[in-house]
Amino acid sequence: MLDTAITTILDVDNVSQVFSTGSGEARAPVLSDVSMHMKTGEIVALLGRSGSGKSTLLRLIAGLTRPTQGTVKIGGEPVNRPAKEVAMVFQSFALFPWLDVLDNVEIGPRSNGVPLDETRKRALKAIDTIGLDGFESAYPKELSGGMRQRVGFARALVMQPKILLMDEPFSALDVLTAETLRTDLLDLWQEGRMPIKAILMVTHNIEEAVLMADRILVLSSNPGRIASEIPVTIPHPRDRLDNDFRALVDKIYALMTQRPDPTKPATREAATALGLGLALPRVSTNSLAGMLEEIAAAPYDGKADLPHLADSLQLEIDELFPLGETLQLLRLAEFEDADIKLTPLGQRFVDMDVDQRKKVLGDQALAHIPLASHIKRVLDERPTHRAPATRFREELEDYMSEDYAERTLRAIINLGRYGELFAYDENSQTFSYENPQ
Amino acid sequence: MLNSIASAGRRALPNQWDLIAFAAILAILTAIAKSYHGISAPLPTPNESPISLDYWQLPYYALRTTLRMFAALVASLIFTFTYATLAAKSRRAEMILIPVLDILQSVPILGFLSFTVTFFLNLFPGNTMGAELAAIFAIFTSQAWNMAFSFYQSLRTVPRDLDEVARGFRLTGWQKFWQLEAPFAMPGLIWNTMMSMSGGWFFVVAAEAITVGDTTIALPGVGSYIAKANDAGNWSAIGAAVLTMGIVILLYDQLLFRPIVAWAAKFRVELSVSQDVESSWVLNLIKRTHWLRLSVAPVFGALRGVSLLPLRFPTGFTARKPTSEAPSRLVDTAWIVAIVVVAAWAAWLTISYIATELSWDEVGRVFVLTFYTLIRVIVLMFLATLVWVPISVWIGLRPRWAEAIQPIAQFLAAFPVNLLFGAAVSLVLAYNLNANIWLSFLIVFGTQWYIVFNTIGGAAAFPNDLREAAANFRIRGWRWWTQVIIPAIAPYYLTGAITASGGSWNASIVAEYVKWKDHTVVAQGVGSYIAKATEKGDFPRIVLGVAMMSLFVTLFNRLFWRRLYAYAERRLRL
Repeated sequence: MLDTAITTILDVDNVSQVFSTGSGEARAPVLSDVSMHMKTGEIVALLGRSGSGKSTLLRLIAGLTRPTQGTVKIGGEPVNRPAKEVAMVFQSFALFPWLDVLDNVEIGPRSNGVPLDETRKRALKAIDTIGLDGFESAYPKELSGGMRQRVGFARALVMQPKILLMDEPFSALDVLTAETLRTDLLDLWQEGRMPIKAILMVTHNIEEAVLMADRILVLSSNPGRIASEIPVTIPHPRDRLDNDFRALVDKIYALMTQRPDPTKPATREAATALGLGLALPRVSTNSLAGMLEEIAAAPYDGKADLPHLADSLQLEIDELFPLGETLQLLRLAEFEDADIKLTPLGQRFVDMDVDQRKKVLGDQALAHIPLASHIKRVLDERPTHRAPATRFREELEDYMSEDYAERTLRAIINLGRYGELFAYDENSQTFSYENPQ
Repeated sequence: MLNSIASAGRRALPNQWDLIAFAAILAILTAIAKSYHGISAPLPTPNESPISLDYWQLPYYALRTTLRMFAALVASLIFTFTYATLAAKSRRAEMILIPVLDILQSVPILGFLSFTVTFFLNLFPGNTMGAELAAIFAIFTSQAWNMAFSFYQSLRTVPRDLDEVARGFRLTGWQKFWQLEAPFAMPGLIWNTMMSMSGGWFFVVAAEAITVGDTTIALPGVGSYIAKANDAGNWSAIGAAVLTMGIVILLYDQLLFRPIVAWAAKFRVELSVSQDVESSWVLNLIKRTHWLRLSVAPVFGALRGVSLLPLRFPTGFTARKPTSEAPSRLVDTAWIVAIVVVAAWAAWLTISYIATELSWDEVGRVFVLTFYTLIRVIVLMFLATLVWVPISVWIGLRPRWAEAIQPIAQFLAAFPVNLLFGAAVSLVLAYNLNANIWLSFLIVFGTQWYIVFNTIGGAAAFPNDLREAAANFRIRGWRWWTQVIIPAIAPYYLTGAITASGGSWNASIVAEYVKWKDHTVVAQGVGSYIAKATEKGDFPRIVLGVAMMSLFVTLFNRLFWRRLYAYAERRLRL
């Protein structure tokens, strides 16, 4: 690929995406003012947590959705419809279960008017490249996850796209299979055996991004923005145990757990007096306690390196970060660069019995989560001491998208129930103080 | 493809399976040709009845009836592919088409028979073709709605990732329809087609032999045979009709549906190979043939070619906007106003038509009659539930029994209530019973089986660990029923009960007005009201009766079944 003249192949300029509700009302944006560019011969990773809009960005580039604002250009041409120059590999493989491997690979060219013999030639070549020989007549149902994703790759390659888009292509695979596929793909890429000019991949796996990408774009959440750009200059083949590799992984962990920079001008949402704009992730109280115990125990003894912790707990950052952030919010632990450290209260929490733990979590939620104290205040003020969930949901939707509002409400219900702050009845969707006697 | 051609080179001779397959195909073609003769014959005069109770006529009658049903099935499929696709692809079309479908699904279509018969007879005066089409149309109306609904729902729930693949590869509307949407909808559509075929028998009997005012139609078929046997009070002819129906159902199930179900297993979107693999000896036979496969291969190749033609649907047809763009509210409002105006105009037409001949007293009387029928449906559904749910649960929890009995219940659902007329009239007359009470049982005769096989299915799907947990904690008796099994089977039971309830309303038109030999037994209700009005050709009364019944059914569905089902889906689906 190095002999190709280095040119810009993808331009995303000031793209924002707002999904409107059925009645045409605008919601909180998913992506806000995102710009990025890709050059020929590059692998770029979009790293972010679920809900950061990284998949949305990928679909904008593929032309599957159109941005509310801004432009997407591939090779200088604006993308208005599903683009010919890109092909996508899906997390869920997205194979047609009623077509066998060969038909699945051929469906793209055949639908686009490529003659039958040419299609067959290209399909067999792609199948050969990707290591699927002998599986041509198998149906997806008969294949293992790894083989299915190989079909996904072959199906994308046969379209001879300029840019290969990958939407968390390895996250539905087991660890060993994923590693094999990653190295196979990297080998093919470095040997220039794939007819593509650039790869854009979405991932929430930090190590995967460092392993594969030439450049990593970290997206922040709610709304999605490009928070930082990290070039990866480690030469291939990259070794996960290499010091440079570890340092970079640590750096990205630190970046992604950083609290918003207080020197930057506060946004309208953040400045709200009530503080209801705080989106909460859905985490289980058992996992919170479990994580505290893990950090407190040897070998961490109260302070854990996040990459290590993720590794030993077998957690993806999509699970690890929400836990850590909730602990930080409740003042039970705090992030320190790429480490997480227990607070004194967190240390004591570990030795408590269940009733004490419930009390602590309840008290901390009341003190530090504005929504929890808000719900309690409303219940206190009302003579019936009951309040419908819709009331709070609507308040939340002023600050965040519908999905986030729902998730936040679920999270506070969970915390409130555990901390015995209030009761919630699923049937009538109301908050109250009444628990069954 | 490549494999089959390669092996053909080695052994291009037909094998024994080809022989069997060709013989079967020839037999079917001959049968169709023979019965086609009768279709374009002139209509017999009213006083000569062409139906003979001779047993040897039954195979021919069965053939005619079956062809009628398949003609209706083809029409239903065409309807499904156009109507449901339009509804799924165009948001504005959807606003009308889906409520209309919903109403059509719940109104007693049988009540409209008199209109359609008159219409089709006028279309082909003096020719059997008109009567044939009327019968086919009646059967169509019993088959089409649930098929279209299932197809529409499948089209709306195409997995997002597959949809993105299709769009990403820039498949045109036509290509996407045949490569993604139709295959995805196939399992649901096939299941509903089979259900429709079962349900169609009830309408066959009603539509083959019908009297509207001065016009009497008796098309050669099993339905007319049953009607004639009822008129003559011939018990053994009824028995012969039951046997014939059983054989016909068994034949089309084995020869057609079973192979299709086995073949369509590949359209199911699931990641693992499912445990129970459907098999069909017919499909296996076809797969083993040589020449047959070779001769149809080009046909399938050509069809695949057609499905891949880069045709586009007209723009505006596929105008379901991407979510990021808000739909134009102004056009929407105008559209809704237009729909409301048309609906109001239609309602006005109906009311003014009824008002020309009927008074408000009549409307009040029909309201009361419909109320009687409502009570009948509710009580009978309740009784059927009380009797069948415990039995079905017992069966469903024993896999071997369930496997054997579930298809039998499905099979029984096909048998129309008319077969019981003799027994009902004889009993009512012999013991001097109150027809208002005892005829009621007829309305669930054909429909109770929906409750049975759905409940069996639900109980069979009850997770084993929950059973073990219930046993381990010694949850028994009343508590086991209310807290363990009934919540678990509720969504399944409700699916069956909703179908049964709808079917019972339809059945009331037949079951409240029963004739055997020269005896007529009548139960007070809107069903007998419609049946009597149909016999007299009294159209305003038919319209009034059907409209009132439709109103009740729709409200009953909306206020009761729909809510119950939504609750069960939300809270009780495992």
